[in-house]
Amino acid sequence: MKQLFSFIRKEFYHILRDKTTIMILLLMPIIQIILFGFALTTEVKDTQVAVLTTTNDEASSRIIDKLNASAYFDVVAKIHNEDEIQTVFRDAKAKLVVVFEDHFAEKLRHTGKAHIQLIADATDPNAATSFTFYASNIINSYQLELMSEAKNPYQIIPEVKMLYNPQMEGAFNFVPGVLGMILILICAMMTSIAIVREKEMGTMEILLVSPMKPIYTILSKITPYFVLSCVNFATIMLLSVFVLKVPIAGSFLSLILVSFLYIFVALALGLLISTMASTQIAAMLISGMGLMIPVMLLSGMIFPIENMPVPLQIVSSIIPARWYISAVKSIMIQGLGFSSILKEVGVLALMATVLIGISMKKFKVRLE
Amino acid sequence: MNNTIQYNSNKVIVAENLTKKFGNFKAVDHISFEVERGEIFGFLGANGAGKTTAMRMLCGLSIPSGGKGTVAGYDIGTQTELVKKSIGYMSQKFSLYDDLKVWENIELFGGIYGMKSPEIKEKTDALMKVLDFENERDKLVGSLPLGFKQKLAFSVSIFHNPQVVFLDEPTGGVDPITRRQFWELIYEATSRGITVFVTTHYMDEAEYCDRVSIMVDGKIEALNSPKNLRKQFNADSMDDVFQQLARKAKRVDG
Amino acid sequence: MYKQNNNQVAAVRCESISKSYGKTQALKDINLEVNDGEIFGIIGPDGAGKTTLFRTLTTLILADSGTASVDGFDVVKEYKEIRKRVGYMPGRFSLYQDLTVEENLNFFATVFNTTIEENYELVKDIYQQIEPFKKRRAGKLSGGMKQKLALSCALIHKPSILFLDEPTTGVDPVSRKEFWGMLKKLKKQGITILVSTPYMDEASLCDRIALIQAGEFLMIDSPENIVNQYQNKLWAVQSDNMHKLLLDLRANELSQNCFAFGEKHHVSVDNDQLTMRDLKEYLVAKGHSNIELQEIKPTIEDCFMQLSQK
Repeated sequence: MKQLFSFIRKEFYHILRDKTTIMILLLMPIIQIILFGFALTTEVKDTQVAVLTTTNDEASSRIIDKLNASAYFDVVAKIHNEDEIQTVFRDAKAKLVVVFEDHFAEKLRHTGKAHIQLIADATDPNAATSFTFYASNIINSYQLELMSEAKNPYQIIPEVKMLYNPQMEGAFNFVPGVLGMILILICAMMTSIAIVREKEMGTMEILLVSPMKPIYTILSKITPYFVLSCVNFATIMLLSVFVLKVPIAGSFLSLILVSFLYIFVALALGLLISTMASTQIAAMLISGMGLMIPVMLLSGMIFPIENMPVPLQIVSSIIPARWYISAVKSIMIQGLGFSSILKEVGVLALMATVLIGISMKKFKVRLE
Repeated sequence: MNNTIQYNSNKVIVAENLTKKFGNFKAVDHISFEVERGEIFGFLGANGAGKTTAMRMLCGLSIPSGGKGTVAGYDIGTQTELVKKSIGYMSQKFSLYDDLKVWENIELFGGIYGMKSPEIKEKTDALMKVLDFENERDKLVGSLPLGFKQKLAFSVSIFHNPQVVFLDEPTGGVDPITRRQFWELIYEATSRGITVFVTTHYMDEAEYCDRVSIMVDGKIEALNSPKNLRKQFNADSMDDVFQQLARKAKRVDG
Repeated sequence: MYKQNNNQVAAVRCESISKSYGKTQALKDINLEVNDGEIFGIIGPDGAGKTTLFRTLTTLILADSGTASVDGFDVVKEYKEIRKRVGYMPGRFSLYQDLTVEENLNFFATVFNTTIEENYELVKDIYQQIEPFKKRRAGKLSGGMKQKLALSCALIHKPSILFLDEPTTGVDPVSRKEFWGMLKKLKKQGITILVSTPYMDEASLCDRIALIQAGEFLMIDSPENIVNQYQNKLWAVQSDNMHKLLLDLRANELSQNCFAFGEKHHVSVDNDQLTMRDLKEYLVAKGHSNIELQEIKPTIEDCFMQLSQK
């Protein structure tokens, strides 16, 4: 029994004296609870709405006000004809367009019936279901209001139309997420481990004391993983298109280009991590903790970015996966062209340059 | 039928045709020897000759494939836990925990071997005096120089007064003075009746042993006092004896 | 192409090199000069600073202060030149375990912009011993074989100077002897060789040695000169009870130092103060029998111990 106690105590000493382990064991749960408790939510709030109304009448105004007043919606634009609907979605100005029938109030008063069309961006089917539901509720409550005021049966008929993902396939949403995750894992984690392994084994010493330029060491480590990533990209594409039936609605070339860019960023990240870790396990932990978890939680893969508190949104903006996933969604699901992902491409290009720059600087020509 | 060897209280280690096979490979091939109480027994052999495997069997860490043996009277095939309780062990690769303090290490190992707290405390104080470690008591073992560590590790391995202590290349890489101080600790231990079973690569250390065995290719090719071995092989030194025997080995290559 | 045509340029030169890791000072004010074509040994125990010194000279780490040059090139400013012409065998076996013998050798030849064929003569003696195993993965070789492979890889580009950091540690005694034989042959080819080792007996195989302890050089000279400078006389003593002998010798006030040295004990004495006859009488009085006493020439180990106690 005493043996057992002394061993347990020894194990506590080991843990307490290793600062890194302590941080992970005690700090991580705290961070996760705070994140999940306050910041990350699947609840859909502040969805951006655009309204299309040709007649600025009282009824539609009331409904619009009600929408705006609700915590779930934020009316950001008023458009006046149907052509503008596409623009709204393409420019990602809103996720929902509420279209009031011509002469909405008049029709309602005289015929007792009027139509409202709810056109939703169904790229994220769960979100779309939620906010169309909220919108329908709000419209319903207005209808009840009307009915209680005047003793006539009024009927406002909402018609829901899901764009971009009419079948509400969950796959449409997670394929870009999976792509983003896999590529960064392979490139960043595996590259960093491969470089650090050389350090750990001691062969790095011999390589350094030779005329071989360090840049060659780097290139030789990166190339296999670059090739592997391309293979994985191709595989995922094939499976998505032919098995999951997720279409590539937009330009395939743009998709390839932005994917290459993302791979470069991931490789550069792997390089950077390798300069920070001295053992393979450290490299693995940094990649895992530092990459996978933020990607999963903050890249918009699972939890919508718009619903995160501002500080987290800022954090999310430095995660390369977030930009990549957004670009892939635009191209694959919304069928948009290169011009619509200029912002994402720009950000990724900037990240790649900065990361490569830092890694090159940090790459040590000597052992320490 | 009772196959246990008759325990003669003077023979602390008995090996009879001890064999260990890994698949078809005979790492240890029918070795037999006896070690008397209070002896310093040197167990030599080149890397790959089977030394480590043999030692593991004697320490109760590995069950023999054939033959039998006893350590401190306990059968190494069937009473391994009792064997472990009666021995001490120290190797070059692992001895103490680097991130525990000196006294914490002692307390831990004392506790593992079933010593009571008052006894541990008393003996720790005594040990600190003997080793001149009073100032180092609260230091993390990892911060000590190698020589200190080795001496401390040895002292910890015999802290619980085992009947026999197994030392696996305890002095590798240590400076010459500390090495000798280490051996003086060994002498001191044997004068208290502890039997010492040691492997080493330093041939001069072989001379400090009462008897030496040399393993080649899994078998014991020589077993005698250093003096007699030198005569037998017409050699100037144990190094010479060793070279003569090791050259015959087939297991050196590849 | 490799050597500067200036006979004043030493193969290796260190001036006041110091290096600390946190609170520990690994190297304290090291001064060293190694001549072309010598086999120079750095002899000392673990933690003495051998590896730190080697890493500084092979440009792997930067010293805190002092200057050093290899083949006339400064280790800080001209490290690229040094890396082209140095052969290096680091402490542990650090070749690629999952590549074969042949693949390893080819790789390192390529890294140094050469081929196996180009310098085959140089490594032939050594490589031929492992050639039968050339398709075997390096990780599956015995200690002695790994050593030979590592040496071949360090030589394949015909370096002007070889740095071998503890090449014989952990290797069986037969291979150790063979290894030194190979080094002697290499010296004939004009290659300067710096070897570090904790084994004092290997010191006599070098042209000159530096004894190192706790980051400082105790002495630099040829093994012979070091032995000759030993202060006092050294006697080897033996009796029927060696342990008691050790204690009794130390108890004698007139003996300087006494240590076990295998079969006999070495005791250092000032002959003017204590004669052999005196000592023998003293031991007989203490109850020893079969006493053997003779004067001997000190070994490097004796010298190391005397120097490190100053």
